Amino acid sequence: MPADPTPQTSASKVPLWRQPVLRALVFQIALVLALLAFGNYLLNNTLQNMEQRGITTGFGFLSNAAGFGILQSLIPYDETYTYGRTFLVGLLNTLLVAGLGIFFATLLGFFIGVARLSHNWLVARLATIYIETFRNIPLLLQIMFWYFAVLRPLPAPRQSLAMGDSVFLNNRGLFLPKPVSEEGFGMVLTAFVIALVAVFLVARWARRRQEETGRQFPTVPAGVALVIGLPLIVFWLVGAPMHWDYPALKGFNFRGGLEVLPELAALVLALSIYTGAFIAEAVRSGIMAVSHGQTEASYALGLRPGITLKLVVIPQAMRVIIPQLTSQYLNLTKNSSLATAIGYPDLVNVFAGTTLNQTGQAVEVIAMTMGVYLLISLVISMFMNWYNKRKQLVER
Amino acid sequence: MSESINDSNHNSVSNSGMIQLRHVHKWYGQFHVLKDVNLNVGKGERIVICGPSGSGKSTMIRCINRLEEHQQGEIIVDGTELTDDIKNIDQIRREVGMVFQHFNLFPHLTVLENCCLAPIWVRKMPRREAEKVAMHYLEKVKIPEQAKKYPGQLSGGQQQRVAIARSLCMNPSIMLFDEPTSALDPEMIKEVLDTMISLAESGMTMLCVTHEMGFAKTVANRVIFMDGGEIIEQNEPGEFFDNPQSDRTKLFLSQILAH
Amino acid sequence: MSTHTPHPDLPPPSTSVGLIGWLRANLFSSWPNSLLTIAAIYVLFIALPPLIEWAFLKASWLGDSRAPCDAEKGGACWVFVKVRMDQFMYGLYPESEYWRINLAGILIVALMVPLFLKRFRWKPQLGLFILVGYPIIAYFLFSGGVFGLQHVETSRWGGLTLTLILSSVGMAASFPLGILLALGRRSKMPIVKAVSVVFIEFWRGVPLITVLFMSSVMLPLFLPEGTHFDKLLRAMIGIALFQSAYMAEVVRGGLQAIPKGQYEAAQALGLSFWHSMGLIILPQALKLVIPGIVNTFIALFKDTTLVLIIGLFDMLAMIQAALADPNWLGFAIEGLTFAAFVYWIFCFSMSRYSQALERKLHTGHAR
Repeated sequence: MPADPTPQTSASKVPLWRQPVLRALVFQIALVLALLAFGNYLLNNTLQNMEQRGITTGFGFLSNAAGFGILQSLIPYDETYTYGRTFLVGLLNTLLVAGLGIFFATLLGFFIGVARLSHNWLVARLATIYIETFRNIPLLLQIMFWYFAVLRPLPAPRQSLAMGDSVFLNNRGLFLPKPVSEEGFGMVLTAFVIALVAVFLVARWARRRQEETGRQFPTVPAGVALVIGLPLIVFWLVGAPMHWDYPALKGFNFRGGLEVLPELAALVLALSIYTGAFIAEAVRSGIMAVSHGQTEASYALGLRPGITLKLVVIPQAMRVIIPQLTSQYLNLTKNSSLATAIGYPDLVNVFAGTTLNQTGQAVEVIAMTMGVYLLISLVISMFMNWYNKRKQLVER
Repeated sequence: MSESINDSNHNSVSNSGMIQLRHVHKWYGQFHVLKDVNLNVGKGERIVICGPSGSGKSTMIRCINRLEEHQQGEIIVDGTELTDDIKNIDQIRREVGMVFQHFNLFPHLTVLENCCLAPIWVRKMPRREAEKVAMHYLEKVKIPEQAKKYPGQLSGGQQQRVAIARSLCMNPSIMLFDEPTSALDPEMIKEVLDTMISLAESGMTMLCVTHEMGFAKTVANRVIFMDGGEIIEQNEPGEFFDNPQSDRTKLFLSQILAH
Repeated sequence: MSTHTPHPDLPPPSTSVGLIGWLRANLFSSWPNSLLTIAAIYVLFIALPPLIEWAFLKASWLGDSRAPCDAEKGGACWVFVKVRMDQFMYGLYPESEYWRINLAGILIVALMVPLFLKRFRWKPQLGLFILVGYPIIAYFLFSGGVFGLQHVETSRWGGLTLTLILSSVGMAASFPLGILLALGRRSKMPIVKAVSVVFIEFWRGVPLITVLFMSSVMLPLFLPEGTHFDKLLRAMIGIALFQSAYMAEVVRGGLQAIPKGQYEAAQALGLSFWHSMGLIILPQALKLVIPGIVNTFIALFKDTTLVLIIGLFDMLAMIQAALADPNWLGFAIEGLTFAAFVYWIFCFSMSRYSQALERKLHTGHAR
């Protein structure tokens, strides 16, 4: 091919296949076509396979009767309810585990994270050992350990470990007294709401008084005292309109009271301990991210360590901690699906397990299950973006 | 920079010691950083401390407000001795302001909030009053228009002036400067030095660790040279620069003034 | 002019150095601190002696039946672990063929060693061989059916061997896919970018269990009728897809950390996109993210335990099966503690390695 000595000056002279825009366009169209073809191939195969096996496609199965029982349900449920209901029961059980896990993991994580930064060598060392032990052991193993090695070998209900005659621990679970409200309990709830409003008003008053006279008011302790104290006083005045329903041994198991399944207990324990180790690391890195100069400047201004922590260190550390914390919450929620390994009836166990096995509606069931987790992820990452935008340090 | 400050304020320098260091020793582990340091600073004195890096000059002024702990000797600030007693430490930190090399402004608070923080929480000042005080000092350092901005939006020189204003809001009787211009671009050094000069003119007791020899010549009434953790020589600036007594000082001055 | 004689260095006061100084500074600096120390010592005092007694002093190590364990109460029964050790390591693989697994293990270690040698020149070539050549050799070694080797069904692969196979295959397969996705996510072509983002965020948004469920029940539906699809292979595909999304995010971090000047310099030299990526950008970016890659590998290594839920026999599943043996009931603590110990050794040493690398990289950049 003879070389073309004339320089190319305008785009029109460039051969089509050498124009970057066109190349990109062709490549992308090819990609879309390839993806469509691939999707179509999968869809055809799937439809054919399902027809072969006599499975009807669609979500009609959700209104069929499920016909199986579920170990634990937060809403009324028995065998006569539909598959749609099993989805809901499983989802609520997943949310319950995730909620409890997040609560305890956060407490534990902050405690251990702060302990790790302690000036006390021994305390810091113990915290490090905790973190390095638990985050390097698979979560599933930890769940199985708590369930098979600790909770299952507990004695039978008749030989329960007991704390007084109200709390019992045995291989059927943990039994706690359950508060039952009586007439007049509404007054206590009203008092609680009034206390919340009062805290809001006190905070406003304290801010105004500070602006005018400079005197500080211990808003947080006062607020806590108000929110706890006022309902307690009303509770006592009304004549304690509540009694405890104590668990009692009847036959082979306990009846009454609040029952925590061993599956639930093992899952919450393992999830909180495992995720707590990661949260501790997040807390530590957040506090470490606040430079030493910040505390020094605060001390040099005469601020005491406690106030420095509250006004200078924590607000800055939280910017680093919150994103990591939410991603740990997300992980915990996804990890709660390991429930299925010990038979806790979460979404994956009930729906992607039993319901899928009984109906054979693999595509629909898996899609619905994954959809739930995707939705949760999406909501959390939207919150993250919003938070990051709001808290971004203003810079030039 | 005006030559006049030295003369005009010379009389007001009293000998009542604002800061006294007596036989102060400090170690980092096995390393002896401050060796038998003795220093007397009178009210209204303006002292510049110079010396090679690692000579202990920053450590010394950081001992004065207890950012570092000394292990032997006494430090007495405005009649209060620095001990483990938290009350004494609080007392002294209220009287002593400090400006850092890297400004150390609080990035999550606005300029105004940075200035108000300590007056509100330490001096228990009403917020409105604290804001008035803050605006007063922001005007003094000539950046009242930046009050609502965040530190990250300001230039280095502006940030350092905010840091000075933030310290002044506590109405300190002593100001410590730890290399306040070292982290600044050359064109911003002057605006910070001008602020420090006007502070000196107002009669503030000042201790500055700095390499700005021009500032030392015009503003200081005493220059201290430190090396190896001890004070080797101190003198009024004229004598110090023209007629250094120690060979160590002479070597240092020849290195620093060579270019 | 006087010559200055420096003040001699004095030793610090005895209360601030040595054992007493250390104790004072680290354990008893104030009375709340002293209380904390005493509380911590008390916790250790309560927890440690019974633990040591259980794990070592009163533990049964010898024999091959549960008799010694039943005789000595209050101690761990390590005999259980010892008796089952082969299964924990090799799964249901025929005992006469263990040498094949051992050989594959020795081979990979021998191949990896030069990668850590500074002087070795053929690292990229060797790396490529480990990624492409070695898996083929290992597959024939494990599976057999050629060169007179006995054929071993994948359903008999198990134990720690399976754990290692799953995690290394997941890693090797997700690596190229992850790089492609990372490049796609940074692409200027909107459709390529959108496809990559959706793919990555989808896999990152769902739990691995649902992915494994999907690969075990849905993959057979996706393929034409009658296509046989090995259970192990299905799990591997699921893990590889899942892992590639995480890998893509790690690689993307590395690509973002490369200064813009490097991209511009590559373009200025007239290199094409693939040349500039392959020769300039990726080598730097990948080196930067080795710690991140090791961290995702640790996560994957821990996550492989999930395959027991879809009925593969990794180490944890072998232990769970052993717990159900009627002759050895009641040794769950021993079995699971052993598993925890093995996983911990792997994960902890890898995380230490990645931390050391990170420190090395950081100092390299600080100059």
